[in-house]
Amino acid sequence: MTAFRPGDRVRVRAAEKPGHVRTPGYLKGKTGEVESVLGEFRSPEDLAYGLSGEPERPLYKVGFRQTDLWGGYEGSASDRLYADVYEQWLERDEGGAR
Amino acid sequence: MSHGHPHYEAGRQTISPYAHRIRAIEALLVERGVLTEPEIQDRIAYMESRSPENGARLVARAWVDPEFKELLLSDTKAAARELGIDASGPVEFVVVENTPEVHNLIVCTLCSCYPRAILGRPPDWYKSFEYRSRAVREPRAVMREFGFEPPEGVEVAVHDSTADVRYMVLPMRPPGTEDMGEEELARLVTRDSLIGVSVPRYAED
Repeated sequence: MTAFRPGDRVRVRAAEKPGHVRTPGYLKGKTGEVESVLGEFRSPEDLAYGLSGEPERPLYKVGFRQTDLWGGYEGSASDRLYADVYEQWLERDEGGAR
Repeated sequence: MSHGHPHYEAGRQTISPYAHRIRAIEALLVERGVLTEPEIQDRIAYMESRSPENGARLVARAWVDPEFKELLLSDTKAAARELGIDASGPVEFVVVENTPEVHNLIVCTLCSCYPRAILGRPPDWYKSFEYRSRAVREPRAVMREFGFEPPEGVEVAVHDSTADVRYMVLPMRPPGTEDMGEEELARLVTRDSLIGVSVPRYAED
């Protein structure tokens, strides 16, 4: 069972974690929508240090509005940025629809 | 050379300090028995056997065969296998389709993730800090610099390959190519159009 489903509003955790992290800084604290569940993978953040990376974690494709990410974004309000984010980096956005 | 830093000459080429470091690591890995020289050579041969031509063949087949297109979009590894391209391995592949409504662009902001098992090594600019930082923030400006501007009203979708999935773009078939066969179509598909910074060549080029 995965914690989130396509269509869910999620926020990328604004956590600081040292070392190898696969969540880009520009997405931290940003809210987007789960586009799809990509499968379950061993955590690259542990594999990088020779650990097993287990248990496998769900990986989501999350879509963000570009205008929510960057001030003064040049382009259409419908332009999107998609990134692949592991479940441990996501939390439910309780704010509901924006 | 007498300007304060060493130069290494191999033939006429200067070898960078990074290349020296890699060779030293490689020699150590072989010495410690982690890898063998033939394994390294096999790996190099594998990577050299991959090229954007593979992507062009996949795209051209998808343009002429709707069932193959469905397979390419739903199970990229299986589609590659049908054309004799071995894309097996731990990473997943997702092909994103350009449509009259959406134009897709691929980047890896964290490093240089790229569908290597299909397309081989990425171009140098793909790995540059400039491309990686600007493709997410100002994709339209980046595409303009590659000579491409999405038509009015088209949504730009940027895919940041941050994890275990590698992305490739399925560009739209150019107009005026209705009479072309698969091989001729494949020649229109450029590496850059598979990344999404531009679109395939037009028929009349």
